[in-house]
Formats: sequence, C-alpha cells, structure tokens
Amino acid sequence: MSGLTFRKKAEPEQRLDLSVLTPERLAKLSAREIATLPIGTTKVAVSVGDVFDVSGDDASDIRFEGGSERFDRIGEALEGGAITVEGDVGTRCGRVMRGGRITVTGSAGSYAGSSMSGGFLSIAGDAGERLGGALDGETVGMSGGAIRVAGNAGARAGDRLRRGTIAVMGDAGADAGSRMIAGTLIVGGRAAGTPGRLMKRGTLFLCGGAEHLSPTFLDNGVADLLILRIMAKAFAEGEIGAVPFTGNPMRRLGGDTAVLGRGEIFLPLG
Amino acid sequence: MPDVNEPMVVNGVTIDDSFAEAFPMTGTAIQVTADSERWAMEAARSFTGFATSVIACGCEAGIDRVLSPGETRDGRPGVRILIFSMAKDGLAKQLGTRLGQCILTSPSSACYADLEGEERIDLGSAIRYFADGWQVSKKFEGKHFWRMPVMEGEFLCEAETGITGDGVGGGNLLFLARTSRQALAAAEAAVAAMNKVSGAIMPFPGGIVRSGSKVGGKYKNMMASTNDAYCPTLKGVTNSALGPEIGSVLEIVIDGLTYDAVADAMRVGLKAAVDLGPEEGALRIGAGNYGGNLGPHHFHLKDLAP
Repeated sequence: MSGLTFRKKAEPEQRLDLSVLTPERLAKLSAREIATLPIGTTKVAVSVGDVFDVSGDDASDIRFEGGSERFDRIGEALEGGAITVEGDVGTRCGRVMRGGRITVTGSAGSYAGSSMSGGFLSIAGDAGERLGGALDGETVGMSGGAIRVAGNAGARAGDRLRRGTIAVMGDAGADAGSRMIAGTLIVGGRAAGTPGRLMKRGTLFLCGGAEHLSPTFLDNGVADLLILRIMAKAFAEGEIGAVPFTGNPMRRLGGDTAVLGRGEIFLPLG
Repeated sequence: MPDVNEPMVVNGVTIDDSFAEAFPMTGTAIQVTADSERWAMEAARSFTGFATSVIACGCEAGIDRVLSPGETRDGRPGVRILIFSMAKDGLAKQLGTRLGQCILTSPSSACYADLEGEERIDLGSAIRYFADGWQVSKKFEGKHFWRMPVMEGEFLCEAETGITGDGVGGGNLLFLARTSRQALAAAEAAVAAMNKVSGAIMPFPGGIVRSGSKVGGKYKNMMASTNDAYCPTLKGVTNSALGPEIGSVLEIVIDGLTYDAVADAMRVGLKAAVDLGPEEGALRIGAGNYGGNLGPHHFHLKDLAP
C-alpha cells in the first residue's frame, strides 16, 4: 500500500473545505469515490477531482503535494493517522483534532489547532491568529496534544488554552496566552501586545521578552525550578523538539491577578 | 517445622534441602532526587524507615540502589526505592503518607515514578492539597507532574506511579553459625552481594533480621511470635531445628518486583555466604517456610546453591 496522495492541479478559484479528507472518512473509499467528494464553499460546485490528482490507497497516510492558503479545515477532527501538506494551508487546520499527526511544510492560516484535544500539529512556517485558540462562543480552546510552529504566530495564540503545549519558535502577535485556563505556551521570540492577559492558570514562556506586561502580573523574582529543567529535557526529546529555555533560572511573574491569578510568566533573566 | 532432608555441603557450609516460601505482593518503585547524594539518601532512609514488616508497619520498603545523575529524571543524584504491601489500597496509603512526611519535607528533594504499569496509584496527586490551592499541575509529553510551593522553593513530584501485582515478598535465607559474630559476618556478606541485584530489597535493618518469627503464638492476638525452633537459648527445651554446634541464627528477608529478582538476590547471597566459609561465617544455611501450603512461591535452596 502507498500513502493516499492529493497532487494539486492548479490554484483553486474559491476557498475549499477539505475537512472531509481525513483517514477515518476516507478509509473505505476508492480513489474514484474520493475524487467525487464535494469540497467547494460557494455556489460553484467543486469536487476533489477538480482540484487534485488522487493516487495511492493508504488513507492512514495522507499527503498533499502542493498547498494553498485556500485549503481550509485540513485535518479537522482528525482522530489518527498522518496528514502531510507540502505547502501552505488555510484556516482551521487541525481544528478539534483528537489524535494523529499533521505536518505543514509551509504556513497556516487562523485557528490552526483550535480546540484540539490530542495529537501533534507541526507548522514549519508561520501560523495565523488564535493558534490553538477557541472560536467565538467556545469557552475552551486547545485541551490536549501539542503544536509546534517554527516561525511566528498571529494574535492571541493559545487563547483559552486549557491543556497541552504550544511552542512558537518565532515572535507572537498581540496578547499571546490571553484568557489561558491552564497548559503551556512557549514563545521563542518577542511577544507583542499584553501577553497573558486575563490568564487564570497555566505557564507562559516569553523567551524573547514582551512588548508590555500587565501591571496585574506580580514579580515573584528569580525562579530556579526543577520543572524548567524537566520540561526543557522532555520537549527536546519529544515531538516539540528543542525549546529556547534550558532549565536555567528565569524570572517568574504570577498572574493575571485581574482574574484568578494562578498563572505564571517566565522571562529570561536580565 | 522446617522441611529439612538431605543437606548438601559446599565449601564446608551445609545447605539445607529446604525452601523459602514467599507470597504475592503489590509493589512500586520511585525515584527520589536531591542536590546531593547525601540528601537523596536522607530522604530515602526516612521514607523507608519503620517499613520492615507489612504485619506491623503496613508496608515493606527499602533502597534498591543509588542512581547516578545520568540515571535520574532531573539529572541530579538520586535513590531508587521499592515499596510493597499486600494490596493496592494499602500500598497507596503508605506511599502517600511516607511521601508527604519524608520526601516532601526533605531539603531539595523531588520524586518521580520509576515503574511502568497499566495500573497506577497516586504519588504527587496524593499530597497536592498540602499546597493549599497553590499547587500547579503540569502535563506534557505524556507525563503529569505536580508542583507545590514550599518554604524552600518548590517541590516537584510526578502525579502517579505504576504498580505491579507480580511482586514477591518473603524470600529468605537463614544463616546458622557457631557464634553471633560469625552469623553476622555471613549475613553481612550476603547482604552486600544482594544489594547489587536490582529490583529486590531487604527491608530489615541493614538487610538483616535477628528476631525471625513464626505465625501466631501462645497469646491470643499475636499474629507472629519468636521463631523458637531457631532460638539457640531454647535448644533442648523446645522442638529445636538447631544442632548442638549452632549458637546463633540470623535471617535475611527479600522482597522483589518479580520472582526472578528475589531468586537472583537469594542466589548471590547464598554464594557470598558460602564463599565466606564455615570458619568466618555460617556452618549451615537454611530457609523458612510454612510447609509449602501458604505461599505460592517456593525458592528451593538446592536450585540456588553455587
């Protein structure tokens, strides 16, 4: 068996809803049946075969050869298996996924990994706003699993994060970790806006510092904690990979005391 | 009465044709680390104190081995501890109590699970409320930790540890010698060798028990009483298992995470005592049992002899 491959023919004329192209939904379909699945989002009907050449037969290993910022909802509600996208993806990639692995070699649009509860989402480029966050009206964002973004993230990464780990190696847009409930958000670069705004619990690493820190975060001083060493080692050995802190002492701020105040921000010393 | 038939003699030491009768136990392993080996050992010794016999202590615990920084979860010096009880609930109760009183309280300590198992019991989860609402739960890379603010800084502890129902408790060796000095020399040599076996502990002081017991006694409510058959001062006045040449007996009790760990420990201990010879150590080595009807695990000395 070979992995199920979707080779992009040309840039689509409209945004596409590719949420149907997951291992669990395609497992019992032939390539011909898959080609007839509707993926359009406008009055103009579009099917899989109009946009992709479909080959292979192993639905547990899906590959998109060629991406697009119009490829929305890739891997949405994924439960297992692997999806690899060679290129960019649109909005909601990996949203509410519960397991499996999604690898994006390009950049992702907004709401990537939003409200996901398991699995691993890797984005080699940048991510849009509300990475691992919650849609409007949802009370909880990401509640499990892990996300790694090699580039930068848009505004409010980790909004309402409940559990799990998000690692952004580059800079974060405004208000990263806003309304965090728990979990861990790592920002390798600089965090714009007011990171951690209204976070209740959880851990926010701002390894490149922050544009502005809310006065409702209180300085706990220098923290020489074993958990920093344990986390750095565990991430380096796991799917997240090396993170921009080593286990050395960091400055700790507790907050946001405007709400519950049991969260923490770690900053480099100096 | 012990089951003694045709003994074998190795290096001048008589090895009884007998067997140790052992019982299933539920056990787990944990790692305690600290800034120095000294403080890891302090915490471990405190944790394993008053844990010699499940009958009176609720559990049996001991130090499995010292861990180098390269072997521990946080890269600091550490000690591996084994703890056993008769059932999961009793083990969980003892683990939580001892963790809270002996490891949490020990300077610079941290504690981690050191046994995988489908069945798990609380470790840090059992004591997290000591932090009075300031406890922090961290789950990442498949692990779950509790962080508890303490006066010194922060106590880090893994939330749960795996347990095994394949533990074996009550492996034993009896060292019968002319004098108490020789009995102690034989037992010490055996303990030194057995300490090198991973997955097994000798829970009595220094690994050695001088007051071996039999089941029950003449007084009601006594679950165990002195093993009069092996008391040299009772030779002639009780149904003694000792010949006229025996003046002192010491015992080593062994608990292990597996049958093989107990067997390995008994094997190396037996060899060490035999190698010491009858002039420096034991004239005779035996094992305690209950006729084979109570415990499912039988460790026959003839199978373990060097």
